[in-house]
Amino acid sequence: MNTSTQAAALAMFPLQAHALGFAAGEKQILDGVDLRLERGSFTAVLGPNGAGKSVLMRLLHGLLVPTTGRVQWGGLETRPAQQAMLFQRPVMLRRSVLGNVIYGLHVQGVAAAEARQRAQAALARVGLVHLADRPARVLSGGEQQRVALARAVALEPAILFLDEPTASLDPVATRAIEATLAELHAQGTTIVMVTHHLGQARRLAQDIVFVQEGRVTEHTPATEFFRQPRSTAASDFLQEELP
Amino acid sequence: MNTFSDSFSTALSLLLNADAHLYGIVGLSLRVSCIAVLLAAVFALPLGAMLAVSKFPGSRTLTVLINGFMGLPAVVVGLAVYLLLSRAGPLGQLGLLFTPTAMSIAQAVLVFPLIAAITRQIVEDAWLEYTEQLQSLGTSNWQAALTLLWDTRWSLSTVMLAGFGRAIAEVGAVMIVGGNIEGVTRVMTTAIALETSKGDLPLALGLGIVLVVIVLVLNAIAHFIRSWAARGGWK
Repeated sequence: MNTSTQAAALAMFPLQAHALGFAAGEKQILDGVDLRLERGSFTAVLGPNGAGKSVLMRLLHGLLVPTTGRVQWGGLETRPAQQAMLFQRPVMLRRSVLGNVIYGLHVQGVAAAEARQRAQAALARVGLVHLADRPARVLSGGEQQRVALARAVALEPAILFLDEPTASLDPVATRAIEATLAELHAQGTTIVMVTHHLGQARRLAQDIVFVQEGRVTEHTPATEFFRQPRSTAASDFLQEELP
Repeated sequence: MNTFSDSFSTALSLLLNADAHLYGIVGLSLRVSCIAVLLAAVFALPLGAMLAVSKFPGSRTLTVLINGFMGLPAVVVGLAVYLLLSRAGPLGQLGLLFTPTAMSIAQAVLVFPLIAAITRQIVEDAWLEYTEQLQSLGTSNWQAALTLLWDTRWSLSTVMLAGFGRAIAEVGAVMIVGGNIEGVTRVMTTAIALETSKGDLPLALGLGIVLVVIVLVLNAIAHFIRSWAARGGWK
């Protein structure tokens, strides 16, 4: 990252949601969400299925336009480019593994030679250099998610959103993703991740946002959350945890 | 059945002896239809892709129209292009009527809706899968359309082959705008129609065999591309 992009990354934070709401037709999916995420934080978004976690991520990332309230980046409403998102099901373009990673850089206007170099570095980071020339769509789910992660990492985002990135992956692939996330966070990337895996939230997150029935019931430091959540919804949720 | 077997053996000898007259007609057919498909594709591919990725005023109507026009009767297309290109028509000054160019234009008009409609369908299917990821990366509509055209290139190449198959096999449009002039605008289908009515069955049958073989080979290539692309994860 050069100094101007670094300055831009500084100016992006805090990321704030003000009375954020989203309705699909008659159905109110998210309502009255106030949230403040600081630079360099690692936030896990927890909550039951259908609580509105994914919609919250998409609103913050800018894939959805809120029906009420607003999202602000460092006090402004313009959507910064330095962000990336990983989806539960990785979307692989009909290209090679390297081609998939280069594509993201290409869209952001990075010159071909530099894009290639950065893409290769990103693949090295997720341990997939040996698959660079393979068509991405024939890889396993775990490998595809790592390609998606490399594609995101190559963009050097100031903030990375993840929507249940390891939900359908085996433990080995999950560990590989978690290791890269921890590394990215240590290097200063702000991370927001939806997960159903409480152990994962414990291992990685600094703070927890708990969502239930379209509302954020609490935003608590992780250690405190797992010791004693503030909201009854969250404590009920934690008690349901399987061994 | 004597006529058939006699004609058949004469047709085969024409084919095997590389009869110049016969292969001249085949060559013109291939040329006219190739140009027609390329001409149609230049407009149909971007239109199909744009209809798939962006909803603009009238896009739905346009989609319905294009789908409906997939089954346009060739003679009607021929008539319309004839009116455009005839001396008194709006493009009459170009003097294109009764030339191979006119035939290519007519076939291009004929296969344009076919290529545009199937392109829209293929691109839209891929777009449904890609939407969130491309929006997340910050891709504009134009970039998305180009990305999808590139990513579905193997499926689209089979669409082009289908368009070519329709173009080279049609007779009504090229008959009207080409005029079936020997050595100038006589293609396989118009020659078959003429030679049959004249009673020169061997030549008609020889051309018929070539035409069928071309269509079969096209379909075989399309099938091969589809299965190869699916196996390699390119589809």
